[in-house]
Amino acid sequence: MLKSLHIEAEKCTGCLQCELACSYRGEGVFNPAKSRIRVFTFHDEGRFAPYTCTQCAEAWCLHVCPVEAIIDNPATGAKEVVAGRCVGCKVCTIACPFGTINYNQDRKIVHKCDMCGGDPECVKSCPTGAILFLDADQTGLSRMRKYAGQQIHS
Amino acid sequence: MRHVILGAGPAGVSAAEIIRVTEPDAEIKLIGAEPEPPYSRMALPYLLSGRIDAAGTHLRKTPGHYAANRIEVIHDRATRVDPANHTLMLAANGNIRFDKLLIATGASPIIPALPGSDSEGVYPCWTLADARNIIARAKAGAKAVLIGAGFIGCILLEALVTRGVRLQVVEMADRMIPRMLDRTAAGLLRQWCESHGVAIHTSAKLSAIDQTAGRLAAQLENGRALKADLIIIAAGVRANTQFLQGSGIDIDTGALVNAHLHTSAEDIYAAGDVCQGRDFSTGQYDVHAIQPTAVEHGRLAALNMCGRNIAHQGSINMNVLDTLGLVSASFGQWDGGSDSAEFSDPAGYRYLNLQFQEDVLTGAQAVGLIEHVGILRGLIQSRLRLGKWQARLLHDPTRLMEAYIGASRNISFFSRV
Repeated sequence: MLKSLHIEAEKCTGCLQCELACSYRGEGVFNPAKSRIRVFTFHDEGRFAPYTCTQCAEAWCLHVCPVEAIIDNPATGAKEVVAGRCVGCKVCTIACPFGTINYNQDRKIVHKCDMCGGDPECVKSCPTGAILFLDADQTGLSRMRKYAGQQIHS
Repeated sequence: MRHVILGAGPAGVSAAEIIRVTEPDAEIKLIGAEPEPPYSRMALPYLLSGRIDAAGTHLRKTPGHYAANRIEVIHDRATRVDPANHTLMLAANGNIRFDKLLIATGASPIIPALPGSDSEGVYPCWTLADARNIIARAKAGAKAVLIGAGFIGCILLEALVTRGVRLQVVEMADRMIPRMLDRTAAGLLRQWCESHGVAIHTSAKLSAIDQTAGRLAAQLENGRALKADLIIIAAGVRANTQFLQGSGIDIDTGALVNAHLHTSAEDIYAAGDVCQGRDFSTGQYDVHAIQPTAVEHGRLAALNMCGRNIAHQGSINMNVLDTLGLVSASFGQWDGGSDSAEFSDPAGYRYLNLQFQEDVLTGAQAVGLIEHVGILRGLIQSRLRLGKWQARLLHDPTRLMEAYIGASRNISFFSRV
């Protein structure tokens, strides 16, 4: 059974532990700007929203890549960037309608959430259980993906 | 069922793969005019800069990919199409019958018909062969003149500077990338290039290429002559439709298609740079000549060729460009809406311009802002009604992600309380 990230934003306190854990795993530094998961702040509402790639079935980033540098990991369902193939053209960063694949100016390639190969650091670092890693059919991910697809195609 | 795909670029290769998945028993022939395995023109600048080798430009990396998917790759050029007899004529391989044909022959660079434009040392940068010619001449310290500061020119600009050539750029229009950036954004880009030692001549038109005693010079209409070891032409492209003349297939600026990527001839479809397909923003039919549109066309045309009857909602015209480290992007109707919001920080080389129709984003430009830019596409294509978030964006356009998350319900965060 494939698992996916499930976010319960109302539990998020905006502590940014997920961003630190993610950037450390991905880039070896504690720097929220380098995190694949980002927490957005809603000052007026006093709310926080962690946000990252849903590994969507449409896989806009994967299909648009001109050099096959984004591949589907069948073991996890994650769409992963192959660092040695990416030329840094950034066409995936404009093609992804969720804005979840980004250009890394230091490494001159794009980066995105790869669900840490099946053991996501953001989940482990979240002190309030706002980010969970659940069986995909429990998370409503398929519904979410369907909705996302409709939005784009309609 | 025999599917013949003419053109081995991103549109053709995507189509072949979708047909294979959709019709496991179909016969698929993929015909490319160049001697190389299917490759990406978009990757050529990175070959020039030395970042990748020729194999790095290949569209697919797995050895034996096409054979494993029973896609027969043929290196040949089409000379004519006979729709009535479902027959394609190839220069070397004679006639091929098809049940369904996809025209994905792409585009070719426009070389201005000027005295000397066929001189040795004058190249477009469109094929692997062109890139090899340029690499041979673009040595560190060499003088290069780039004709055209459009999208392709600006991508090449970076690769040429990386090679250490002394570069001058000639652009006919009054600014860089006039079809992608407004005056403010183009002005920032120009200033950035000049601060990196690249001379930009705008409102300047090439009149001739002079070759005296083995030295090239680009002669401009204003009387100036720019000496060069190498002249690169990036003056636009045109759809490869010449071989369709006389076939009865309707052609305008590209092969005309309906919403199913179907041409005016039965069982013949078109996709990619050669296809005048539906534009999402305008509803009109235009040639985009961009990678995302090529892939969308290829995938959708393939489904329709397999009888799936899926209409194309239109592709968004969009581009992203890295010019010596300054990233710019544009989307959709960036040059006009009923309302607009702007963030401008010229000293920091940052600029964001949003265009709205009522409370829906319809176009955008971003310079120096690279985080989450894809959301601009998402907002335009989902036609998400921003409601109260529009006012917040008018106040601070950089809060795009908050506006998207707040206004969309595809993430159910805000419906729980």
